[in-house]
Amino acid sequence: MNWVLVIIGGMVGAPLRYLTDRAVESRHDMGFPWGTFTVNVAGSLVLGLLTGAVTAGAASSHLQLLLGTGLCGALTTYSTFSYETLRLAQSGARFHAVANAVASVTAGLGAVFAGVAAAQALWS
Amino acid sequence: MTVPHPDGVEALPSPDAPVADPPRAAPWHGQAPVVAVVAIGGGIGAAARYSASLLWPTGAGGFPWTTFWVNVVGCFVIGLLMVLITERRAAHRLVRPFFGTGVLGGFTTFSTYAVDSRRLMEEGHPGTALAYLAATLLAALAAVWLAVTAARLALPAGPTGTREKGKSSS
Repeated sequence: MNWVLVIIGGMVGAPLRYLTDRAVESRHDMGFPWGTFTVNVAGSLVLGLLTGAVTAGAASSHLQLLLGTGLCGALTTYSTFSYETLRLAQSGARFHAVANAVASVTAGLGAVFAGVAAAQALWS
Repeated sequence: MTVPHPDGVEALPSPDAPVADPPRAAPWHGQAPVVAVVAIGGGIGAAARYSASLLWPTGAGGFPWTTFWVNVVGCFVIGLLMVLITERRAAHRLVRPFFGTGVLGGFTTFSTYAVDSRRLMEEGHPGTALAYLAATLLAALAAVWLAVTAARLALPAGPTGTREKGKSSS
């Protein structure tokens, strides 16, 4: 059962990342990896919400496996993030490479804090 | 905010870069087979990450070594994969979506990294949290750089092995 939930979540999260990346990149053809940035921050926000909901007793461990381990885990990515950062650095856009790394980590962490705070306001 | 586009930019297309289709089409136009292989790969990657978390559980308040290594290994493999299929071999158009976007994207995770960092701060381990944040970032970037560099050295450039073939060879 647990495995099924994780796999279903992953099978939804990964294509959601692919389609979001396509939609974002089709609007911003600027060489900056906005698509990956968007899914990583959005996934961190949702996982923050879920974490807060679990702490408040409003979400089950099954929901955590489906939406957390499965969906948010697959929606967000470290491999594409670091590859795109390296690509920026090696194409001469060193400032954008550093900005991508710093902004992704900062915004992702900020999104988690915001998500947990929102969940606590909603469910406790 | 524009990025200069020297010739080298095309050499390293994103693992999530769209597979070529007619311009101005909707983002999902003609994408059914790609979305399907991304979904299958994502399920495999997420299951592999879940099995790693069951095999090597991380104690409360401890350094999240399992997620750390999952992300570092995933970054190393994507470096090898991208050099192989964009600079060395003409791969089938579904190889990159399946392995790069699906399996490796589903295996590695940014959200768990961020949530675990916050949890360490909340539980009174801000030093561990900052070390984890920085160590993952630096190790992931070092892994992908090492893999790309090693793959370029180890894999001989074939007849189609010019860097300019990057986009078209996918």
